Amino acid sequence: MFAFFLKRLGLLIPTFLGITIIAFGFVRVLPGDPVLLMAGERGLTQERYDALLKQFGYDRPIWEQYFEYLGNLLSGDFGNSLVTKQPVLEEFFARFPATVELSLCAIILALSIGIPAGIIAASKRGSFLDQTIMGTALIGYSMPIFWWGLLLIIVFSGTLGWTPVSGRISLLYYFPDVTGFMLIDSFISGQKGAFTSAIRHLILPSIVLATIPLAVIARQTRSAMLEVLGEDYVRTAKAKGLSGRRVVGVHALRNAMIPVITVIGLMVGTLLAGAILTETIFSWPGIGKWMVDSIFRRDYPVVQSGLLLIAAIVMVVNLLVDLTYGLINPRIRHN
Amino acid sequence: MSTAMMPVNASQAKTLVYCSEGSPEGFDTALYTAGTTFDASSKTVYNRLVEFEIGTTKVNPGLAESWEVSSDGLEITFKLRSGVKFHSTDFFTPTRDFNADDVLFSFDRQRDEANPWNSYVEGASWEYFNSMDMPALIKDIVKVNDLTVKFMLNRPETPIIANMAMDFASIVSKEYADKLEAAGTQGLLNQQPIGTGPFQFVAYQKDAVIRYKAHPNHWAGKQPIDDLVFAITTDNSVRTQKLKAGECHVAPYPNPADIAGLKADDTLNMLEQEGLNVGYLAYNTKVAPYDNPKVRKALNMAINKQAILDAVFDGAGKAAKNPIPPTMWSYNNAIKDDAYDPDAAKAMLEAEGVSGLKMKIWAMPVARPYNPNARRMAEVMQADFAKIGVEVEIVSYEWGEYLKLSKAEDRDGAVLLGWTGDNGDPDNFLAVLLGCSGVGGSNRAQWCHQPFDDLIIKAKQEPDQAKRTAMYEEAQVIFKEQAPWATVAHSVVFMPMSKKVTGYKIDPLGGHWFTGVDLAE
Repeated sequence: MFAFFLKRLGLLIPTFLGITIIAFGFVRVLPGDPVLLMAGERGLTQERYDALLKQFGYDRPIWEQYFEYLGNLLSGDFGNSLVTKQPVLEEFFARFPATVELSLCAIILALSIGIPAGIIAASKRGSFLDQTIMGTALIGYSMPIFWWGLLLIIVFSGTLGWTPVSGRISLLYYFPDVTGFMLIDSFISGQKGAFTSAIRHLILPSIVLATIPLAVIARQTRSAMLEVLGEDYVRTAKAKGLSGRRVVGVHALRNAMIPVITVIGLMVGTLLAGAILTETIFSWPGIGKWMVDSIFRRDYPVVQSGLLLIAAIVMVVNLLVDLTYGLINPRIRHN
Repeated sequence: MSTAMMPVNASQAKTLVYCSEGSPEGFDTALYTAGTTFDASSKTVYNRLVEFEIGTTKVNPGLAESWEVSSDGLEITFKLRSGVKFHSTDFFTPTRDFNADDVLFSFDRQRDEANPWNSYVEGASWEYFNSMDMPALIKDIVKVNDLTVKFMLNRPETPIIANMAMDFASIVSKEYADKLEAAGTQGLLNQQPIGTGPFQFVAYQKDAVIRYKAHPNHWAGKQPIDDLVFAITTDNSVRTQKLKAGECHVAPYPNPADIAGLKADDTLNMLEQEGLNVGYLAYNTKVAPYDNPKVRKALNMAINKQAILDAVFDGAGKAAKNPIPPTMWSYNNAIKDDAYDPDAAKAMLEAEGVSGLKMKIWAMPVARPYNPNARRMAEVMQADFAKIGVEVEIVSYEWGEYLKLSKAEDRDGAVLLGWTGDNGDPDNFLAVLLGCSGVGGSNRAQWCHQPFDDLIIKAKQEPDQAKRTAMYEEAQVIFKEQAPWATVAHSVVFMPMSKKVTGYKIDPLGGHWFTGVDLAE
């Protein structure tokens, strides 16, 4: 198992280097001059422009800039934002808990509905219920997130007034950040109603962010389940006279979960991509919204280091998934 | 836990929630040029030597009680207000009142590269200070005594008083800066601001909420509201929903499509006013046949402005006849706009011997208040010009390139662009956009017309407002005859708010002020 772990870890290094090149190169092929944008549109003399270009090192050959960037990264310096002038790492971690909190709620929601829905659909294969579940999943998968989010806001917040429109907590509550996770901070603040308010604010964004993963998980669970249900050991279990619930819940489900876990790992990337839109709609102060704002402002250091940090997170989560996979299925680690 | 951290009880404290459209870049105003940042810093936390009267572009005393201009126009002496208190917060307690040292510090850090605060954050370019030509204008700033400061100028220039009311001229506390410098934490000046303004900074949760409370010892008295909260909500539709749901009291920049619905809502008020901006099409007056004023005039007559207002502005615009907006002093309302008359335009072109004309129209790739959709505007003009036999090709570039390439004196084609006023002075439009010194730069028409230029230079140096007004009115007449631009539109600013909000005024300069605003019970 340790050798398996080392092998996986070793693969991360070239992947990480590849991502630094992509992040660095990608930002530089974007049209737009960061110095002009930083300085504003109101005119900049050529001398001032040259001075700023030099100050940021954008006048130097691109490979020289890349190696300096890589060197800084290795010493833990992710650069400063051109806009706020603050360290990128500090900016990232100020927003990261908000994204994690929302993503966790979304994935819990997706799993707690998606897996049972997939199991039901598989065990009632071909029935009206199966078709309804799979049809709904297809709609969920194809839903334009922005439209879906706004629709929910208009119906549940605007017309019915059941949920708040946006934000993380009612503005009536104010307490210092301890963990950055609103559910925890509101709970330990001891302020009456704060925790409930934080939960109410999570409902709509979690639903919107969970929609695509939920659909994928439901479909994946269904097809994995169908495959397993046709296996000999399931037939044997049935022949032994076990109840249908026990056959599905114990014998089939455990084996069907292996591909589902892989999908969950891949979903982390989807969640972070979905967070960009969801956070923008719900004014959720996470890293997705931060990245979008930074791209529009041509904030080079934020975009390239932000991309890198997000990629690193996806890589680490996938490593963990691979390891879990290896734990569940010994054949993988021995191969 | 301090009292500020307790839930706000409506019966105890009046809290106004403003759904702002974006996050501030920082809180040291002079480093930035974006209105969103100004709203969160200079309009709340800071004061300036002189202040715009909110809702107008008139300049009133601020931290300076009065000022005197020497007879040669080269010295301006500001008499400072005494007893002005800086904010006292969790992170700073001032030991002295505002004085001349604060004024000197606020400007010296921007103009003197040797000042340790000139580059206290990476890439500090003091852009607005530079773009208003302040380094060339100011020779020196001298402290006469604790409550008197003298600005010495290199040339007489009346609009500099209005510049002193601009955001970059906000006065920061030198005592606070000294304290940060001693602690090696200069960067906090841009994160935890201290000023003399009507509201003091409490906390900023990144991309989410900014909290302020009314400055209890403000020199003009405490504000009617106790707390001010900026709830950052970037999406226009979501902001509108928040306003309707009562989650905020004021929400700027509604979608044009939502305006009718907001107006119909009984719980809301909708204020509206023309913005201090102008959208225009600038011909290249150095290239034939656009060097002929009659050709330009003929093209102007072929443009159906009403069709543009309908197609591009969705009703949130007003046809422009002058290069300055109607809310600006010296706007010449006596001028008649060129009537839309394709037949006459065609005849006029023929009379000038122009036929089979092919031209390019440059369409901006970004939306701006003065032109929300340049591509569509260009298409409407293309159709209009086709009616008089002029064939139009629409071109566009990436925004940075567009701004750069459109400055070229030999540019091929007419450029769609616009301008939003900085200081409410007509000079800020007429000299910047149409003066001879702007040719090859901000004067996109490359238009240098001596009678016009002489007049605006004279007006800039004239201290008497009535005389200046007359000169600018005349300059607008010359502009209209010469037609270097087709003036297209001024945008209309809509500001929806809860009916509980009283005393809010739309700022023609585009800012959002909560000074004097109250909430009815």
